[in-house]
Amino acid sequence: MSRLAARFTKLAAENRAALVTYSMAFDPDRAASQELLNGLPAAGADIIEFGMPFTDPMADGPAIQYAAQRALASGGTLKGCLEMVAEFRLTDTETPIILMGYYNPVYSWGPEKFCADAGRAGIDGLILVDLPPEEADELLPHCWANDIDFIFLTTPTSDDARLPVIVGNASGFVYYVSIAGITGTASASASAIGDAVTRIRRHTSLPVCVGFGIKTPEQAAEVARLADGAVVGSAIVAAAFDAKGKGENPARAALALVRELAAGVRGARG
Amino acid sequence: MTSLNTYRAGPDERGHFGIFGGRYVAETLMPLILSVEQAYHQAKDDPAFQAEFRSWLKQYVGRPNPLYFAPRLTATWGGAKIFLKREDLNHTGAHKINNCIGQILLAQRMGKKRIIAETGAGQHGVATATVCALFGLKCVIYMGATDIERQAPNVYRMKLLGAEVRPVTSGAATLKDAMNDALRDWVTNVADTYYLIGTVAGPHPFPAMVRDFQSVIGEEVRAQMLEAEGRLPDSLVACIGGGSNAMGLFHPFLDEPGIRIIGVEAGGHGLDKLHAASLTGGRPGVLHGNRTYLLQDADGQIQEAHSISAGLDYPGIGPEHSWLHDTGRVEYVWVTDDEALAAFQQCTRLEGIIPALESSHAMAHAAKIAGSLPQDHLMVLNLSGRGDKDVNTVARALGDDFGGSL
Ligand SMILES: Cc1ncc(COP(=O)(O)O)c(C=O)c1O
Repeated sequence: MSRLAARFTKLAAENRAALVTYSMAFDPDRAASQELLNGLPAAGADIIEFGMPFTDPMADGPAIQYAAQRALASGGTLKGCLEMVAEFRLTDTETPIILMGYYNPVYSWGPEKFCADAGRAGIDGLILVDLPPEEADELLPHCWANDIDFIFLTTPTSDDARLPVIVGNASGFVYYVSIAGITGTASASASAIGDAVTRIRRHTSLPVCVGFGIKTPEQAAEVARLADGAVVGSAIVAAAFDAKGKGENPARAALALVRELAAGVRGARG
Repeated sequence: MTSLNTYRAGPDERGHFGIFGGRYVAETLMPLILSVEQAYHQAKDDPAFQAEFRSWLKQYVGRPNPLYFAPRLTATWGGAKIFLKREDLNHTGAHKINNCIGQILLAQRMGKKRIIAETGAGQHGVATATVCALFGLKCVIYMGATDIERQAPNVYRMKLLGAEVRPVTSGAATLKDAMNDALRDWVTNVADTYYLIGTVAGPHPFPAMVRDFQSVIGEEVRAQMLEAEGRLPDSLVACIGGGSNAMGLFHPFLDEPGIRIIGVEAGGHGLDKLHAASLTGGRPGVLHGNRTYLLQDADGQIQEAHSISAGLDYPGIGPEHSWLHDTGRVEYVWVTDDEALAAFQQCTRLEGIIPALESSHAMAHAAKIAGSLPQDHLMVLNLSGRGDKDVNTVARALGDDFGGSL
C-alpha cells in the first residue's frame, strides 16, 4: 500500500481528517526549511506538501511568490528538494510527502528520469499546477511506474461534465481548490466547500482534501468536518517569514502554528 | 531536412504544433479556455463574424495599409528591392490592433464584460484600451514597472482611453511578469473576464487565433505585391517578440517553397550577454500555457530577457515559431540593440519614417543581407509599428539631451 493510502486508512480508523501542510523548500534557506520539514510530523502534520520553487508561480499569491524568490535566491534547486526529502526519510518513513510546483523544472529534468529520482528520494505524490489532464499523458506513466500518485486539482469551475475528465486518472487523493483564484487570498464559505465536496464525491471514491484560503485553526477545523483533509500553505509560509523578520527562529514559529492547526483538525469531529 | 506538404495545417485538435503549444494552465482556467476555443471555432466559420471583423479593419483600423516601395533604403543597401508593409499606419500605430478587433468581437459574443491584457511596449495595451473604449468595456492592463518607465507616452494614452494600468513589480518587472499577473487576475475573475492575449503565445487556442487575425497582413501583401510587381515576393523579414506580426506576415506564404522567410529576434547586448533570442539561445520548456523555446537555466528556471525594445523583451516565443524553427521552414536570426538603433536612425533619415524599435530589428537584419541579393529580388519588411513611443528610449541610448521629457 502506498504511504498516502496507508495514511488515509489510518485516519479513517481514527475518524478524523488529515492536516496537510505546505512549506517551500529553501525558504528562507536550506537549513531552516529542513528543520521545519523534519519537525512537521511531530507537530501534527499528517501529509506534507513540499514546494519546489519556480521563477514564475502563476497560481500563487504574494506570500508564496516571495517565498519562491527567497528560495531561489538562497540556492534552491530541484535536486536540492529531492536531497532534502531523502534526508527527511532517514527519520520518518511513514508521513507521505508530495512535491508541489510547476511543470517546467520537471520537464527540464526529463519526466522519466525525474519520476525515478523522486521515487528513490521517497516522494509519494506530485502536484503540478500547470499540468491539467489534457497535458498529463507524458508524465503519468512515469509517475505510476515509480509508485508516485499524481494529484489532480478540482476547482469551483469544475462542473459535472469536467469532473470525470479530471478524476479519471487520479490516485492518492483529489485536491479541491476552494476558490477561483490564487493562493493566500480569499476564503470560501463552509457551505460552498461542503457542496463542492459532496459533488466531487459523486465522481470519485478517493479522499478529497481542500485547500486555498485556509489560514486559522478554526477554518481548518471547519474544513475537517466537511472533507478528508485541510491544506494550509500561505499561513505557514507567512508565519516562518514573519518570525525571521523579528529575528526569531522561522521553523519553530511555523511549527507552533502547525500544532495549533493540528489541534483544530483533531478536535473537529469530537 | 525533408519538407512537408503543408506548413499551414497546425495546430492539431489539442493545440499542438509538433511537440509545441498545448494548454498548460491551472485547472480553474481549463473550462474557460475550452469555451474560448469553442466560441472561436464557431466565429471562424461564421460569415457574419468574418464580415464584421473585415468591416472594422477597413473603417476603423484603416486597412489595407500600403505596401510601400522604399527607394532610398533600396539604393543605400544596394541590392534587393525593399518594400515596407506599413502596419505603423494603422490606427493606434502598430499591428496589435488587428488582433484586438478580432478578439474583442469574440469577447462580446461570449458575453464578457471585463477585458484584461498584458503589455510590454504598451502597443498592445493601447490597442486593447482602444477597442474597450470603442465597445464600452471595462479594461485592466498589466504592465511591468520597468516598461511603464520606458514607454511613458503609451501609459498615458491607455489612461486617457479609460483603462486602468496596473504596474507589475515582480521579477524584472517586464512583459513576462505582466503576463503572470494577467493570468493571476484571470484565474480570480473567470466568470466575467476575457484575457485578450497580445501575441501568438499562451494556451491553445490563442496562438492559432491571434495568427488568424494577424494573417490579414500577409494576405494583403500577396495581393499588393502581385499588383505592384506581377509576382510574389522573394523574401519576408519580420521581428519577433511573441511573434504575432511575423506570423501574420509569414503564414499565408508558408507553402510557397520559393519564398525565403526570416524571423529576427532581439539579441540585446549579444548572445553571450543579456538578450531575448529564445530560439537561438533557449531550449524547449513550458511557460504561460504553452510549450515553446524559452530562455532558462539548467534547472528549468526562467531567465530574464533583455532588449532595448520593450515589445521584444520576453524569454519565450509563440509555439508555432518553435515548430517552424525545428522543421527548418523559417530561418531565425538575431540582431543586437546597437544594430537595431542604427537601423532606426537609418530608416528615419532615409525614408522619413520613424519605425518602432521592434520593427527596427527586422530592418537591421535586412540591412545586413539586402546588399548581397540581386536587384530583382523582392523583399518585404514588416514595419510592425511606428516609433513615436520610443523617442525617449532612443534619446537616452544616443546620449541626446532633447530638453525635456516627451
Ligand atoms: C511595433 C511592435 N512590433 C512588434 C512587437 C512584438 O510583438 P510580436 O512579436 O507579437 O509581433 C510589438 C510588441 O509590443 C510591437 O509593439
